[in-house]
Order: sequence, then C-alpha cells, then structure tokens
Amino acid sequence: MTLIHMAILLPLVAAVAIGIIYKYYKRIHLGWFVLPVPVIIAIYLATFIPKVSSGPILETMQVMPRIGMNFDVYIDGLGLLFAILISGIGALVVLYSIGYLSHREDLGNFYVYLLMFMSAMLGVVLNDNVLMLYLFWELTSISSFLLIAFWFMKERSLYGAQKSMLITMFGGFMLLGGFLALHTITGTYSIREMLAQVTLIQESPVAPIAIVLILLGAFTKSAQFPFYIWLPDAMEAPTPVSAYLHSATMVKAGIYLVARLTPLFAFSELWVWVILLGGLITLAWASFNAVRKDDLKAVLAFSTVSQLGMIMSLLGLGALSVVTGAGEAYFSIAVVAAVFHLINHATFKGALFMVTGILDHETGTRSLKRLGGLLTLMPISFTLTFITALSMAGLPPFNGFLSKELFLEAMIHVTEADFASLANIAFIFPLLAIVGSIFTFIYSIQIIYGVFFGKRTHDTPKEPHEAPALMWISPAILAVLVITFGLFPNVLSSSIIDPAAMSIMATDAPLGTHISMWHGFANPALWATIAIVIIGSLLFYFRDKWMFIYDYHKERFTLNYVYDQGLMHSRFASRKVTDSYMTGFIRSYLAYIFMFFVVLGAISLWNTGIKLNFSDMAPVGIQEMILVMIVLISITVILVTKSRIVSIIMLSAIGFVMALFFVFFRAPDLALTQLAIETVTTALFLVCFYHLPARSKHPERMRFKFTNFLVSLGVGIIVIMIGLIAYSNQLFDRISQFHIDNVKELGAGGNMVNVILVDFRGFDTLFETLVFGIAGIGIYALMKLRLNRKDETDEADPEENRA
Amino acid sequence: MKQTLKKTGHDKADRQMNDVFLQFTAKLVFLIVIMFSFNLFFAGHYTPGGGFVGGLLAAAALILLLIAYDKKTLQRMVPIDFRLIITSGLTFAVGLPTLSFLFGTPFFTHQHTHIEIPVFGDVALHSAVLFDLGVFLTVAATALLIIVLVGEAEN
Amino acid sequence: MELITILLSGILIGSAVYLMLSRSVIRIIIGTALLSHGVHLMLLTMGKLKRGNVPVLDEAVENYTDPLPQALILTAIVIAFALTAFILVLALRAYGELGTDDVEEMKGVPHDD
Repeated sequence: MTLIHMAILLPLVAAVAIGIIYKYYKRIHLGWFVLPVPVIIAIYLATFIPKVSSGPILETMQVMPRIGMNFDVYIDGLGLLFAILISGIGALVVLYSIGYLSHREDLGNFYVYLLMFMSAMLGVVLNDNVLMLYLFWELTSISSFLLIAFWFMKERSLYGAQKSMLITMFGGFMLLGGFLALHTITGTYSIREMLAQVTLIQESPVAPIAIVLILLGAFTKSAQFPFYIWLPDAMEAPTPVSAYLHSATMVKAGIYLVARLTPLFAFSELWVWVILLGGLITLAWASFNAVRKDDLKAVLAFSTVSQLGMIMSLLGLGALSVVTGAGEAYFSIAVVAAVFHLINHATFKGALFMVTGILDHETGTRSLKRLGGLLTLMPISFTLTFITALSMAGLPPFNGFLSKELFLEAMIHVTEADFASLANIAFIFPLLAIVGSIFTFIYSIQIIYGVFFGKRTHDTPKEPHEAPALMWISPAILAVLVITFGLFPNVLSSSIIDPAAMSIMATDAPLGTHISMWHGFANPALWATIAIVIIGSLLFYFRDKWMFIYDYHKERFTLNYVYDQGLMHSRFASRKVTDSYMTGFIRSYLAYIFMFFVVLGAISLWNTGIKLNFSDMAPVGIQEMILVMIVLISITVILVTKSRIVSIIMLSAIGFVMALFFVFFRAPDLALTQLAIETVTTALFLVCFYHLPARSKHPERMRFKFTNFLVSLGVGIIVIMIGLIAYSNQLFDRISQFHIDNVKELGAGGNMVNVILVDFRGFDTLFETLVFGIAGIGIYALMKLRLNRKDETDEADPEENRA
Repeated sequence: MKQTLKKTGHDKADRQMNDVFLQFTAKLVFLIVIMFSFNLFFAGHYTPGGGFVGGLLAAAALILLLIAYDKKTLQRMVPIDFRLIITSGLTFAVGLPTLSFLFGTPFFTHQHTHIEIPVFGDVALHSAVLFDLGVFLTVAATALLIIVLVGEAEN
Repeated sequence: MELITILLSGILIGSAVYLMLSRSVIRIIIGTALLSHGVHLMLLTMGKLKRGNVPVLDEAVENYTDPLPQALILTAIVIAFALTAFILVLALRAYGELGTDDVEEMKGVPHDD
C-alpha cells in the first residue's frame, strides 16, 4: 500500500470521519470539513505532472492475487488528467455546495455520498486492473444513484435515480462481460498486459463481442445515443451534484474507458464506426433537442450529452486513421482535440451549472420563460454566464473556440481521407458536426439572452438579487480558467494534453502540440465557424418561425416513452408470472423447493447410474447404536406428539445425541460447540414458550398429511441415495491433506479445525460472523419495533402527530 | 425472567427468584464457566476450542446469571450495551483482515511471532487471535442479546 | 457405520421436511433444526468416520481424521442457531401481533395487492 493508494481511498476514509463529525458537531457547515480532502488530493496529484512526462508509474497492491485481482495503480497522462479534473473540480464543487446547501438539508448523507463518489472515480481512472476498475465503476453508479435521490421525498428524484441506475447498471454489467471476454482472449486482467497482446485480440473471434459489450458500458455511462435519456432526469439531483457528476466527471468515465482502450481496439472497424457515428448522432440530436427545452438545467443536460458525443466522435476519428491508415496527422489532431475539449468542457459546463444553481437559488425558478432581464440585478452571474456560454458556443477568445476549431478541422479532413467503402457518404461527418455546432450556438445564445436580456417577467417566486460570494467564487475560478486556457492554450499542451494524448495513441514520441488561435484564412475550420455563427444567429433571430418543427416530435416516438412503457410492461408481466405461482402459503413454497430437489435429484441419479461400494466402512460400536436408537425414538415422538414441550425436549435430546456423535467421531471442537449451542437453544425455546400457546388449535387434515408424507419420503430417499453414492465414489483427491500438512507452518497452530476457521477459510468465518450479527440485529429490531409501536398507540407520540 | 414469570401467572415467582442458594451457586458457577470460556478461547489455536465455543459459553454463563437474578440486576453487574459489543466484534472481524492491506499483503494474511514474557515464558502472538476475538465478542453478545430480548418481551 | 449414519441423516432430513410442511409455526421451526442436524451428520460422514486421530497436531500421531468437514460443520452449527433464533422470534412476534401460530391463518383474508 503506497501513498497513491491511500490518496485514492482517502475520500472513503474521510467519509466515515465526516459521518461522525456530522453527528456530533453541527455548528460549522459540514462542507468546510470536506473541502481539504479534494484539495489535498489535487495538490498531491499535481506533483505527478512532471514525473509522468518521463513515463508512466505503476504501483501494485495485492488484493486477490490468485484470481488476478490486484489494486494496480497506473498513472499515465490520461489517468492523471482525469484524476486532476476529478479532485480539482471536486474541490470547487464542495466549496460551492457550502453556499448552495443550507444547514437544514441532510448534509451528512450528501457529503458521504460525494466523497464515496470521489474515491470511486479516482479508482476508475487510476487503475490498471479491469476487475478493480469494474468495482469502482459500479461504485460510481451507486453513489450517483444515491445523490440523484438525495431529495428522496420528491417523486421525480426517485424516478430519475431509478432510471439512471437501471441504465448505468445495465451498462456496467455488460462492461464486466466485456472484460471477461477480454480475459478469455488474453488471459490477464491487466490493461497493460492486454496491450502487449493486441495481435492476439485482433485474431480472436471473441473480440467483436468484447467490443460491443464494452461499448455498451461506455455508452450508457457517457449518456450516448440512445442511452442518453437518463441524464436529463438525473438533473433532479442538487445542482453541485449535476455540476460534478453529471457534467464534469462521472459521465466522462465512458469517454475515459474508450480512450484507455483505443490502442487495444483501434484495429477494429466496428469499434471505430460505432464510436464515430454514435458520437456524431448524439452531438447533433442532443443539441437539436436542447434548443426547445425550457428548464435551464434540461438545456444544460442535453448540451452535456451533445458535448460528450463530440468528444466520443473525436476519439472514433482518432481510431479511424489507424484502421484506414490515413496518417498520423489527423489522428493526433483528433486526439488532442478530444483531450483539450474534455478539459474545456469540464471548465465551462461546470461553471454554467453552478450559475444555474445560483439563479435557481436566488430567483426560485429555472424556467427560461419566467426568467428575464436580470442583467442589472445579477451582474456577476451575467459576466460568468456570458464568458462560459460563449465558450460553449465556440467563440473566441475562449477555450471552447480552440477545441471546437480543432474538432471541425478534424471532421473536415475526414472527407479527404481515403476510404474505399464509404467515399460517397463521407460528407455526412462534417455535416453532422456543423449542424450540431449550429444548435449548440443557438442554445448558448438563448441561455444568455433568455435569462439576462429581454423584459423582466416579475414571475419569479423570489425577488432576484446577486448571490453571496461563497457561491460565485467557484464558477468565477472556472471562468478565469476558461479565459486563461483560451488565451494561453499552450500552458496545457506540453504538460497535460500531450501526455494524455500520447497514452491514448500508445506512443512514446512527443507530439509537440502547439495550439493557436489563428491559422490563416486558408483554414476551412475558420470558415465553418463563421458559417455556424451566421446561420446560428439567423436561426436564433427568426426562432419563432421554425420552432414549430418540434411539434412534429411527438411524445409517442421518444426514447423516454419506450423506456417508460418497457418498464411498465415488464412490471405487469412479472406481476402476472409471479401471481401464478406465489400463493402466499409457506407450505407451497417449501413444497416447490423440495419437489424440485426430488425431481432434479432423481434425474441426475437416473443419468449417472448408481454405483455403490460398501467395502470401506468403519466398525459399528454398541454405544453408537444406542445413540441411533435414541434419535429414532425422539423423531417418532416429535412426529406424533401434540405437546410442544415434549417435542422441544425431544429436539434437545437429538441435539445432545449429536454432540455425543461428535465425541465418538473424533470431533472435539464440534462436540463442545454443539453442547454449548444446544444449551443456549433450549434456554431460548423455553423462554419463548412463555409467550406461545400451549398447543396448536388446528388438528391437521389427513389428505394434506399424505402429500406431505410423499414429499418428505422422496426427499429422504434422494438424500440417502446421494449420500451413499457420494461416499462410495471418490472422484477427487481430498483437499484436507493440504490443511493437515500446512497447519504448523502456515497457520502456526495446533488445532486444525480452528486454524481452518480463522486462517485457511477465514472468509467463511467472517461472513458467518456477519450473518450472526445480522441475525442479532434483526431480532433486536423485531422485538423493539413492537415495543415502540405499543408506546405510540398508548401515549400518542407527539412526533408522530406532527408528521 | 422474573417479570416474565409474573406475567404468565406464576405468583411464586418472586420467592423463587430470590433464592439465595441459587444465586450464590449461580455466581460461583458463572465464575467457573466464564474462566473456562476464556480458556477455550485462548487455547483454541492449539487445542479444541476457539471463538465460537468461547463466545457461546460466555453467553451461557451470563444467561445463568440472568436466570438467577433478573435483567436489571444483570445490567448492573455487567453495565455494557450488548449492541456495542456486537458492533465492536464485527469491527474486529472485518477490520483485521483489511489491515493486512496496510502491510501490502493480500486480504486475510495473518502474521505471527513469538515473544518472551517474564512470567509466562514463550508466548506465541498471532493476529488470528484478534480475528477470533471479533468472533467471540459477536457470538457472545448476540446470543445473550437474543435471550435477554425474548425474556423481557411482554405480551 | 457410515451406512447407518447416512440412513440416519436421511431419516432426519425426511422427517424435517415433513415437519416443515405442516401448518404450525413451532413444528416448522423444529423441522429446520432437525434438518440442520441431518445435514451436519451427512457432512461429517463424508469425511469418513473414526479413521485416524483427533485433528489436533501431535508429534506422535501420523494419521488424522478429516478436519475440513468439521470446520464446515462448526460454521453450519452456529449459522443454524442464528437461523433458529431468528425464526423463533419471528414466530413469537407474529403470534403477538396476529394471535395465531398457524401459518395459513397468518396470511389472513386473501386480498389483491
């Protein structure tokens, strides 16, 4: 365990501390205690920037080495970029949340989930082992679910949380399948080692399955078409969460995965086309939809989806040039653009979300219709929105302009590239890119115009005024970054962008990227930008004339409709199926189980045949025969008696006889335990019997008894047959010899049973202890719940009445 | 127990439960049983015994006291919240295997060594004992909690 | 000996199943307890009975009985106790709330939910 492992797990540890602090100390806003965590991590990670340029760093920590699951931290340019984004934006978001969330909210939950997410996300991007990566990947889904449902009293929150969990968990599961498929090809769970075996993957027939499964995981997480529908509903989360998880970090996990695995799959046309087309369709479709949304957060959600599509398509383009051999130049432009836009998007979209949160906080609404004319009332918010929205629209001198130019340049170059099969439709790439950009321009302008210009509506629930400094400091820092990166992009290019792009391209050669704002009039991207601005402005000016086309987009044909209907119908169908066999009688369920047991047992006996061998038997002692007789008599008594006390005593008798059996069969540990357990059980039964009726009121009917008898007879016979066959046929060597031989050296003990329990098979014991503890807590709840309810009815609890 | 018996109509419960002989014997036996349970627990690694048996016997010893006296007296004698014991037991059981991460070894790697202590001589130290302690605490406290809860339930 | 213990555990399990299929809660609980006894006996038998010495390390002894089934059974015994205790308390609570110990009466009037 090294410092970097601790850095990744620090938020998780801090989460525990935060929970305790919140319980006992509420005078200071909890966020102040949380804030140092991401700051420390960000500073620590920043020290890696110079180290990474001289090669990646690998730190191993064994978790389950036998199955190849290790916590291998792998820091290269790509992982470091994401990790710094996660901790840096995390720090700003925590700072912002201090102003956004009041003391009245359940801050403990909020920050615990947020820290959990931070750990999980760092774990995803700094991991070399895909099994651990998957573990952290699911943890991000869970924390996202919990954060979306933070205001769990609202129905929309629950709906959104459920939707996001269903979709991302589905993707996560597919991802696991993809990783396992990769494992079957390469025989390793380490991404590094997989990279060394690219040719093996190329030749494997399993590779397309792995690609499809992994892309399903990436597309669901990064909200690509057609899985994007969860992201707009996830906006029910508190705004800091939207800014952090659902725009800057978590939704980029899919991008990260695609970028990380690009060197692995770039040979495959399937990989390239799905990413490239999927990304472009997402870009165009989501930006088209963003224009008509009224809720500011919905606009930003769709905008996030479209920008993610843009980054995704750039990664696809990077891979395309490998497949077609189109040359390194386009490859590096596309990859650099992807990395650069990733940073830019985190800065401007994070800031925009935070400003939206400010507007929501200070005016009480996020509806574009109800906002308007706030320019003089909220000048700081206006400045921030102006800078960041124009950066999103892709206008100079902000950073969004630079990356969008690179994007357009790369897309236009695609038409020049030489692919034999698709030469005729190559124009579709720049077309989709430009259409998407036009709509991006329109909704960016709409945000600025709709909120700050025009007439004041006086329709807001609260009287608008400027937010406190605590809330606008974080977006202001991001806005400063937007301008800084826009004017001096090359502070990033050599230190962060190049190492990240190099790890995506799996090359050691330095790229020497130089991003500049002016490329001369010959550059087609410049003309494309000019066209976008002109067409966008015209469309925005005449927006009343063409908005009617959205009316054709009927409710019935949306993906949301498909999702809702699918969920509803599957619910109905499963209810129907369940009702058909769930009678509500415990006897039916037990009968199902036992009948299945009998049928399956009989079938397998029939198939394998019965080979018995009674040659190897221990001698029978007289004392054991006496014990057997006692057991048989006790069973008979239990079966026929109506008295409870008698049956309990007989049960105890069997228990003590079992203990004696253990003595005779040389199992002193078992004998001791059985004796102790039997004593406690008997005490428990007797204590319980003070509360139960003396005898059952209902004599059973004979007909039922006969079916029961048949079932139990069947079970008994099958058990005996299985026991005899298993005893007669030894198919494998006994594994116990290992335990016997190694008990001294490995376990340093003498009692084998105990050493097996606490050492060799410690996991069993651990979980058994947990089960025991859970049973105790369950019983506690059962008993105490009843007492509480009695109190309430007796005294009419005032708490209850208020609620 | 006493309350329970009263509820169910045993009028002589009071007199029975104040039995001096029973209480004295219970105390004596309690001491023996609890010593035995500790012995089983500590010796468990080398001879029959261990956390489960030890825990159960410790619980049984306390149940004996519970039967001889009542819940209130028991709480006065052993002023510990059993739930706290369950939690700390589980913490030991889960925390100790996790600690091995700190030493860079896989989950559940135990460490052991020998040291010389003046009176006891050569004493083996084994981290498995701490894990077993977790088992001991959880089992003892849970078993006891169950009996106490059921005993004090009033219908 | 093994033949006898296998038969005995079969009988134990069979009667446990019969008890579990009845309507009285207490019989169901006794059934589960019997079931675990039967399974423990079966597990122990699979490790071969009465061969070798007690599985505690000893310089003088070469041959030990199989310690692994014993460890498994030890775990199973404790879990079985937890299970018995839990359903016993569940039955107790159900009796306190519903006033019956009959599992079919506990279900109450059939209603569509």
